[in-house]
Amino acid sequence: MAQLLPGTLDLLILRAVSLGPLHGYGILLRIGQISGNALLIEQGALYPGLFRLVKQGLLKSSWGTSENNRKAKFYELTVAGRKRLQEETESWNRLAGAIAAALSQQPEEA
Amino acid sequence: MRLLDSLRFRFAALFQREQMNAEMVDELRSHIAHRADDLERAGMTREDAERRARIEFGGQGKYKEEIHASLGNHLVETIWQDVRLSLRTLRKSPGFLAASVLTLALAISANAVVFSVLNAFLLRPLNVAHPSSLYQLQHANEASSYQSYPDYIDLRDRNRSFDSVMAFTADEVGLDSGQGDPSEIWIEEASGNYFDALGLQPYLGRFFHASEEHGADSAPDIVLSYEYWHTYFHDDRSVVGRVVRLNRHPFTILGVAPQDFNGTLMFFNPAMFVPLVEHPVLGSNDLTTRGDHWVFDVIGYLKPGVTQAQAVADLNGIGKALEKAYPKDESNMAFTLRRPGLYGDYLGQPVKAFMAALMSLTMLILLAACANLGGLFAARAAERSREVALRLALGSTRTRILRSLLTEALLISLAGGAVGLAGSVALLHALTAWRPFTSWPIHLAVNPDANVYIVALLLALVSGLLFGAVPVRQVLDTNPYEVVKAGTGGSSRRRVGVRDILLVAQIAICAVLVTSSLVAVRGMVHSRSAALGFDVEHSMLAEVDLGMAGYTGDRVAPMQKRLMETMQRVPGAQSVALADAVPFGMGVGDAIVFPDSAPDLLPAHAAAKPYLFHVSPDYFRAAGTRLLAGREFQWQDDKDAPRVAVVNEEFARLVFGSANGATGRAFKLKDGTRVEVVGIAEDGKYYNLTEEQQPALFIPILQAPNASTVLLVRAAPGTENAALLLGTAMRRSLRNVDATMPVIIETRAAPLQVMMFGPRMATISLGVLGLMGALLSITGVFGMAAYSVSKRLKELGIRMALGAQRREVLAAALGRPVKLLALGSATGLLLGILAGKVLTYIVYEANSHDPLVLGGVVVAMALLGLLATWIPAQRAMSVNPLILLRDE
Repeated sequence: MAQLLPGTLDLLILRAVSLGPLHGYGILLRIGQISGNALLIEQGALYPGLFRLVKQGLLKSSWGTSENNRKAKFYELTVAGRKRLQEETESWNRLAGAIAAALSQQPEEA
Repeated sequence: MRLLDSLRFRFAALFQREQMNAEMVDELRSHIAHRADDLERAGMTREDAERRARIEFGGQGKYKEEIHASLGNHLVETIWQDVRLSLRTLRKSPGFLAASVLTLALAISANAVVFSVLNAFLLRPLNVAHPSSLYQLQHANEASSYQSYPDYIDLRDRNRSFDSVMAFTADEVGLDSGQGDPSEIWIEEASGNYFDALGLQPYLGRFFHASEEHGADSAPDIVLSYEYWHTYFHDDRSVVGRVVRLNRHPFTILGVAPQDFNGTLMFFNPAMFVPLVEHPVLGSNDLTTRGDHWVFDVIGYLKPGVTQAQAVADLNGIGKALEKAYPKDESNMAFTLRRPGLYGDYLGQPVKAFMAALMSLTMLILLAACANLGGLFAARAAERSREVALRLALGSTRTRILRSLLTEALLISLAGGAVGLAGSVALLHALTAWRPFTSWPIHLAVNPDANVYIVALLLALVSGLLFGAVPVRQVLDTNPYEVVKAGTGGSSRRRVGVRDILLVAQIAICAVLVTSSLVAVRGMVHSRSAALGFDVEHSMLAEVDLGMAGYTGDRVAPMQKRLMETMQRVPGAQSVALADAVPFGMGVGDAIVFPDSAPDLLPAHAAAKPYLFHVSPDYFRAAGTRLLAGREFQWQDDKDAPRVAVVNEEFARLVFGSANGATGRAFKLKDGTRVEVVGIAEDGKYYNLTEEQQPALFIPILQAPNASTVLLVRAAPGTENAALLLGTAMRRSLRNVDATMPVIIETRAAPLQVMMFGPRMATISLGVLGLMGALLSITGVFGMAAYSVSKRLKELGIRMALGAQRREVLAAALGRPVKLLALGSATGLLLGILAGKVLTYIVYEANSHDPLVLGGVVVAMALLGLLATWIPAQRAMSVNPLILLRDE
């Protein structure tokens, strides 16, 4: 499994929540699912990120009942969060494309 | 620690941290439960699944901290951590803690006390409506506001610049409240518009008003001051309407003045207020004599929109007109406006000068304390350089270390500030409650207010932080590898450090303070031996106002003679005299005299304005005043004899050109009476120790009867406390003459003490400041020497092991602090000599060039140095090289 690049956890959380309200453990599972279980995330490390995103107004949270019939706090995107997700996705794609292109380039004077 | 816990809880609650924590715990628990559900579904037992889930999740505490950190709400928590860390480290060095807190507390309390006094006397407005537009109508050419009653009325009614012009005068009267035991009290006689114009509301009952005045003795009313009502009438609300007697005349108590109002003069707290029109009943002046300037003070509210210059021009216009209309009575009718609280410039000037000088000296104390603190902090930082280096090496950031140093400084300044403030508040309350004189209602209301607290805390914080920051560069420069490699020695560069400069500065300041306190003490000693022109020892005064006791007019002279005869029979009395006033006593008046040849008696032709004393036969013998020529007064010098006088040398010089041959010559009084000089008395002091030589005029009391009576009785030389025994005997025989007569008996020296109150307070404050300075320089030098010894203990040990003499070891250990001490003292002494000028404001014959003072400073500083280096020196001498070398 791959280590997360710094700063990418927020993006993953936003992406995971963009598909529908989720509680913390659900977000973890969803990230695993959408990344094909290729990324390693410490379970606890998720929460500072969640609180930070709530504080920035990108996520909102509310207490509810989970599919396991347990009390859980659910997160969903705010309008600002959706906008931010779009921007971040675009900028990530540009960056990733550029880096991939740079790495796939064969040296000319080999 | 319960207090700390509760504080902590409060901080947390402030940020809803508890609630957030609970929510966080719930959320993490929910997460773990969901994970356990999954694990259970995969086949684990519930118990194993939960355990596994918890382990996978890891430390919840760590994540909680991270959450808080991510929210940026950690400020309070971090500060709290810093504080706890600082408290722990400080507790490990109690010596440093005590020294720094005490140093700061000392300086802060000195500053808080002085500032509080300054605040009370000069900054705090009077307790009346619109204090900023209230002015005293002071004479332009002298610091007083005396007027005659007709003058006051003219000023009040003819001016166009003031909303209300009020007048008042202070008087001592005999009060008989019907409970026996008549007492003498100080009252303020105020014009009818007084309370209404000042915008006051009575605490009880009602005030008197302008509309109730209809000429002399038309309003025999009393408004009690709250304090007098409280202490004398014990808060009895039924006093309103009661009739009491003042100088045997009935007066009705109308009400009680508000609690915080004691008249408009700062130091003078009258027992009661009486309408000014009652003055003729209580005193010897009337409301009609144009030339009798008995009204003590005239104050008024400037109209909005009128400038001071316009008001002065307006008043001067009235003054000119009055001088023209009454040329015989009026002079000195040009005005200037001043603040009323300290009687214009009369007290205002000296109090301002004194407070400015005192404030600058206490600021010096604060500076010295700061230098001391800076030295302490720097020494501490140097001692901790190894710890700092270790922390840096282990990954702590420099910011973090600096923050903990600053937190320490902050804690120390808060503690020092709090301790200092507590001390000063106690002192100030004591000062406020203090009644320095029984016969004068002098009262120093210097209770601290919010201003004082704020200034003290600000000073503490600024000085603590400023000098807590001294070691910052030391920390920033620390190279962890160097320090750890080199051991505690650190850098052994011998350059002039911040600490050396601080110490020299501090000692210089302290030497200035010691110099000024010695100058003050010397001045005080000097003033005791000043040529007073009379003998203060072995004599007693008995002050009897016959007017108060109902002896007026023709009954005065026989009663005075009877009193003298009574005194002559008192056992232990050697000589007895009587006067209407004595030098340094109350009610010293003055006269205007004209040369015998003067064409007219206009003020412009006056030859002198001497102090005037009406005295009985035998006065000069009883007072101990030498007669240089001529004779004493006799019983024959009465109303029917030619008018005669004794004058002092200065008077003779001013009026006749020289004291020689002045006897037999004559001068004229204001009323035209021709008076012949029959004796010349030695010069002396009459009102104030620091006064220039003044002319004085003595006139037989039999030729100018006066109800004010001071009996002067000289004790026969003999036992130690002859004078005091005499006093007791005098009281007994005066009772026998008339038991209802209020009498004040005091030693001849007592009124001088009243006059000396200001200078004495000045000497005491300078003395205290000098002591503080000395204390601070001891701690400063001690700190430096102790540090220098402890740092070089190893080196000293090696020197001793190699056979160095004790003297050489001492020189090595203490040479530097002693050199700094000498340098600082020399600088301070020079500055102190220069500062001597400032002291002339406060101190009698301040002379900083006095060899005794200079020698005293040198000796004092040397002693201080010896005291401060004694313990470190002992330590350096007792170094045992073996133990020391084994140690590292």
